[in-house]
Amino acid sequence: MVKRRPAILVLEDGRTFPGEAYGSVGETFGEAVFNTGMTGYQETLTDPSYHRQVVVQTAPHIGNTGVNGEDDESGRIWVAGYVVRDPARIGSNWRATGGLEDRLATEGVVGISGVDTRALTRHLRERGAMRVGISSIDNDPQSLLARVRQAPQMVGADLSAEVSTAEPYVVEALGEHRFTVAALDLGIKRNVPRRLATRGVTTHVLPASSSIDQMLATGADAIFLSPGPGDPATADAPVELAREALRREVPLFGICFGSQILGRALGFGTYKLGYGHRGINQPVLDRVTGKVEVTSHNHGFAVQVPGSGDGAVVPDQVIDTDFGGVRVSHVCLNDNVVEGLRAVDLPAFTVQYHPEAAAGPHDADYLFDRFAELIEGRTHSKGRSNA
Amino acid sequence: MPKRTDLKHILVIGSGPIVIGQACEFDYSGTQACRVLRSEGIRVSLVNSNPATIMTDPEFADATYVEPITPEFVELVIAKERPDAILATLGGQTALNTAVALHEAGVLEKYGVELIGANIDAINRGEDRQLFKEIVAKAGVRLGVDDPAGLVPRSRVCHSMDEVEATVAELGLPVVIRPSFTMGGLGSGMAHTPEDLARIAGDGLSASPVHEVLIEESVLGWKEYELELMRDRHDNVVVVCSIENIDPMGVHTGDSVTVAPAMTLTDREYQRLRDLGIAVLREVGVDTGGCNIQFAVNPVDGRIVVIEMNPRVSRSSALASKATGFPIAKIAAKLAIGYTLDEIPNDITLKTPAAFEPTLDYVVVKIPRFAFEKFPGADPELTTTMKSVGEAMSLGRNFTEALNKAMRSMETKSAGFWSVPDPAGVTLADTLAALRIPHDGRLYTVERALRLGASIAEVAEASGGIDPWFLDQIAALIELRTEIVDAPVLDADLLRRAKRAGLSDRQLAALRPELAAEDGVRTLRHRLDVRPVYKTVDTCAAEFEATTPYHYSTYDLESEVVPSDRPKVLILGSGPNRIGQGIEFDYSCVHAVQALRSAGYETVMVNCNPETVSTDYDTADRLYFEPLTFEDVLEVWHAEDSSGRAAGGPGVVGVVVQLGGQTPLGLAQRLKNAGVPIVGTSPESIHLAEERGAFGAVLARAGLRAPAHGMATSYDEAKTIADEIGYPVLVRPSYVLGGRGMEIVYDDPTLRDYIGRATDISPDHPVLVDRFLDDAIEIDVDALCDADGEVYIGGVMEHIEEAGIHSGDSSCALPPITLAGSHLVEVRRYTEAIARGVGVRGLLNVQYALKDDVLYVLEANPRASRTVPFVSKATAVPLAKAAARIALGASIAELRAEGLLPATGDGGTMPADAPVAVKEAVLPFKRFRTRAGKGIDSLLGPEMKSTGEVMGIDTNFGHAFAKSQSAAYGSLPTAGKIFVSVANRDKRGMIFPIKRLADLGFEIVATAGTAEVLRRHGIACEQIRKHYQAGAGDDAVSLIGGGHVALVINTPQGSGASARSDGYEIRSAAVTADIPCITTVPGAAAAVMGIEARIRGDMQVRPLQDLHAILRAAQ
Repeated sequence: MVKRRPAILVLEDGRTFPGEAYGSVGETFGEAVFNTGMTGYQETLTDPSYHRQVVVQTAPHIGNTGVNGEDDESGRIWVAGYVVRDPARIGSNWRATGGLEDRLATEGVVGISGVDTRALTRHLRERGAMRVGISSIDNDPQSLLARVRQAPQMVGADLSAEVSTAEPYVVEALGEHRFTVAALDLGIKRNVPRRLATRGVTTHVLPASSSIDQMLATGADAIFLSPGPGDPATADAPVELAREALRREVPLFGICFGSQILGRALGFGTYKLGYGHRGINQPVLDRVTGKVEVTSHNHGFAVQVPGSGDGAVVPDQVIDTDFGGVRVSHVCLNDNVVEGLRAVDLPAFTVQYHPEAAAGPHDADYLFDRFAELIEGRTHSKGRSNA
Repeated sequence: MPKRTDLKHILVIGSGPIVIGQACEFDYSGTQACRVLRSEGIRVSLVNSNPATIMTDPEFADATYVEPITPEFVELVIAKERPDAILATLGGQTALNTAVALHEAGVLEKYGVELIGANIDAINRGEDRQLFKEIVAKAGVRLGVDDPAGLVPRSRVCHSMDEVEATVAELGLPVVIRPSFTMGGLGSGMAHTPEDLARIAGDGLSASPVHEVLIEESVLGWKEYELELMRDRHDNVVVVCSIENIDPMGVHTGDSVTVAPAMTLTDREYQRLRDLGIAVLREVGVDTGGCNIQFAVNPVDGRIVVIEMNPRVSRSSALASKATGFPIAKIAAKLAIGYTLDEIPNDITLKTPAAFEPTLDYVVVKIPRFAFEKFPGADPELTTTMKSVGEAMSLGRNFTEALNKAMRSMETKSAGFWSVPDPAGVTLADTLAALRIPHDGRLYTVERALRLGASIAEVAEASGGIDPWFLDQIAALIELRTEIVDAPVLDADLLRRAKRAGLSDRQLAALRPELAAEDGVRTLRHRLDVRPVYKTVDTCAAEFEATTPYHYSTYDLESEVVPSDRPKVLILGSGPNRIGQGIEFDYSCVHAVQALRSAGYETVMVNCNPETVSTDYDTADRLYFEPLTFEDVLEVWHAEDSSGRAAGGPGVVGVVVQLGGQTPLGLAQRLKNAGVPIVGTSPESIHLAEERGAFGAVLARAGLRAPAHGMATSYDEAKTIADEIGYPVLVRPSYVLGGRGMEIVYDDPTLRDYIGRATDISPDHPVLVDRFLDDAIEIDVDALCDADGEVYIGGVMEHIEEAGIHSGDSSCALPPITLAGSHLVEVRRYTEAIARGVGVRGLLNVQYALKDDVLYVLEANPRASRTVPFVSKATAVPLAKAAARIALGASIAELRAEGLLPATGDGGTMPADAPVAVKEAVLPFKRFRTRAGKGIDSLLGPEMKSTGEVMGIDTNFGHAFAKSQSAAYGSLPTAGKIFVSVANRDKRGMIFPIKRLADLGFEIVATAGTAEVLRRHGIACEQIRKHYQAGAGDDAVSLIGGGHVALVINTPQGSGASARSDGYEIRSAAVTADIPCITTVPGAAAAVMGIEARIRGDMQVRPLQDLHAILRAAQ
């Protein structure tokens, strides 16, 4: 409530929101997106999929529990800018190691507080995600707008290399080792290998530029395509890698960006959603069980299968592709967006949302079991055919 | 899964009278359920004894039984209606307990009735504490938790005091004691000492219907959370809302200040609660519907324990529904008949399904409303037994905004921080000491402690664990306060920041005295164009477009009020429930909305009570969840009026203040002065009725009699008046609500004592001294009056107790049971004269006393009264609907022509064979204890103490009265011992009723004086010594306390300290032992008729629809 330094936020269509400096003082640009999660700001900030995006939090209070050691989803904050209404002055939690605003400032993240985030969200909902600038050093909307319009667009952005690990690393299985998975890091979150580890999976995380041979050279039983930022239309190399994995019948699982890559590998297109799904309350129907799971989402693009898009109910039938039959295994009940693909004839499936949660509900955690079962089925039958 | 096709007829059980722990939230949920089921083509039968509910309006069910919710009566309904299924999960603990009892008695099986929503096993697993512990541990195992046994507090179930003591020897003190199967935490408490233990555990064993208490490891001071969950029959589960209690563990959640969503949990911790909640829900096996689970989280290490779960819709689910816009009860009803969550559309977006979890972009704060001032002697410490009588909720775009709005919604003396000066001479030490005992308004104490220099850590410690984040929010307000106080001028920027923090004009005025009070702040604020905007509650934080105009104010950039060119009417609700102003007023407001909607107006509801039907966003065209203060209402009016005019319409054509009780009425004059079009009775006319001198003139002009009276500002003045008009006198402060501070005084010493206690007395606030009419019959009239001066008598109610007991607490009968035709003529003449004299445009309530065949006017209230719903149900005429139409200009003749009112006749001309309706009040004495742990006095007087009411309706008075008693207290006895001790002046009147009871086979026990009189009349009775008389064996109090008595009849002595105190001991023993206690002669006579009716055993049930058909045929 004590007065802060003034700041402004300007959208590329010219709409301006006044506010106050939050985090680092300075100027930043990116794609404006809103996240509706009421918990998990730390996981959101450190999720590489938010690279180059300015995140608007619809939850009015941010920072209440400070910064907690185990809650980072990667080694740094990735968001390009942060928009909140009421930042906490103190963080209160038994695990907290510091305050959020200090962390933002330390990592040079420019934010803005005191914004009518609801008005901004409504604007983005109606007009779609767009470029945005935040400045706490130049309070002239016109000059900031000019710079916003020069900032790069998200469509056509190839960002995998910017977020991927430089060197491979290994996350060991917990308990008895059962399988090895090679994960292509296009912006992976820490909780993915963690969830795999609880199934006895050792995960080798490899840079985005890795080839399939490099991946399989880890001794992997399966390949994982990670989530990550950017326009899937640009991810030609990972798409090719996925095709090769399909040809070789290597078990494959993918999440989010990884799902879009499998979609493209199967011959489907991808498209940009109006304003994306970013939140932890999204209902997804699992067409195998007919059950609804409440899930964590963070995607601005989606896979286009024949008959999908514009809210039309995706037909529940096998779609023919170069790699045999494919089913849409999961759909979002809010808008009928394709949320999961399952190859009928090959050991591959992906989901567009985040079974690893962090932040978000654990309803879809069973997908890691499905992956383990898929690997088990393949290694088992492979073993038999070899015998 | 589609709807089940085998359910064609469902019986819905309501929750009965409003009591502490079970209020109108169940009318809200039940009304939603009835609506849903009927819209699905299912026949709905309903049982609910509470006439002030919307759900018992005949149009909400096919067959509405206003009958007691006891196994005895519900079985009669089942036998008559033969439903396929019973839905008992929307009627609170009362409905659930009744369903369990019907199951155990084999009734459900006998009639082939299925229990839907929750099955018996699930109910038992949820409510039986031992079973529940095992369930939680199993759920923990399923989740792979490290220490599943640590998911519940260490504890043991005990059935005797010996077991209790053995358990405490192991666990050590303090421990928590929780009786099984009681609602609202009744009988539970925390024992710090062996004495506490003996008392609380002893009471708990007797309060529990299965004589079972749980003794539990203390989690006092842990953070407290609740999750509201829903499950469908396909095992889909969603969490609708998380709620965090600011008051840590140790204060009942109903008495805690709570916040939604949870504010101080990381995602990691929140998801653990969610996982655990879902696992427990599955393990308990709630088939479909809503359930609520409470958790405690250790702030030191994050250990989570599950405290309890309710396998039904609860008070918290009503709060969660209003907080999120996700209608839990409505969805629960759909799930119960077979739908799954993904098949039900989200009400607000219409495009997305209900299978999702609402996300909030605002903060919700709920604050409980207490009524300790009504119960002298009651211990005001907040514990695990719920004591609050109501609550207010508010929404804001941040915590402090919501908190400040909720605080000013309470309508207490303080309207938020700094609105009244600190008590003189308080120190930081006092303040920190006060924080250690949880009390009503503890956040005021928190603020004061911080302002006096305490650190956040000190306040966190002293308050037993309020989370530092909340304390820092209050500390930030204090910093802002300093800025406001120190600023040379209040500029637009600072003013805007103050408003964004939620401070009211009144609070700002307190900080800036030069601004000439609230009006000055408002003038400045409007000049600087600092005005609120209105956001929408949409379940999805704006991700999808919302279609439901459910709004709250905030100081932000953009307003979402959709312009409309239709004529709008604002209806002001009644705020938090309290004693004297409860659900009855909400009922009238909802009726106004219904009537005005169908008359073509766009209705706009303003209210802040989350329990009510009026704050269901389905009720009015638009809902503003706002405090009912002048500032907040004026801004809503401005927003609606200006947006309406901007759209080319007439804007707001009227604001209705007459139906929400004293709260909106109190705003009328100021709103009118500010240019707001108040419709109905004008503020000037209201003043005519309320101001004693002016009203006296109205009566004098019409030649109507009133008891002699005067006004005094000192004892000497009061005595002079008393001497002149003669004792007994009724004394009261000049400005009263619900009879607050009103007493009957029989002699000089008591009068001196009263004046001595009346601290607020001054020339501006004199004490009113009225001649009290002893032994008079009290009569209550509800009437309508239109602009032409045409009067429609809604109903004439004859009180069963004599005058002197607050009308809200006394039982009454309609049509009157003993009044002569000439009396009714007189009542009509008086009522017409008052209505015209005052200038009423709508409803009027008049109270009369009839003594020695002479009618006296006691008081007149030009507004909807508490009895409007009762009268409407008893006469089949919707009075509040008619009042709303009259306010907007309709005449009684037009309403008669339209059919809203009967074509001829009125409630004063009911046929002799009309059904008799009896209203009985329900009193909360059981809830309270003195600091020493004793029961409190249950004596009735001119100050209202009841929380709710029931209606018994039948073809004759005896049956109707017996039903009212069954509904209010459990049934009147048909055999056993009756204890009688009456004041000397009542001995004559008591002889005949007691004789009749003896003839009916009851054993009579009486104290010496009473016994002597009874024996002289040949009534055999056992004599027992009074409590304070020495002697061997049982005394009156121990006899009652020991549970050997079935009914107590005790009338208070007018004077004499020891007689009065003995009466107190007797009555409080009856309260503690949960035995009916009758305190008046007419009450005893009525009870005898009720008992006779029960003994004859010819009780029948009849739907309201049939009774109304009889009445209409007679009109």
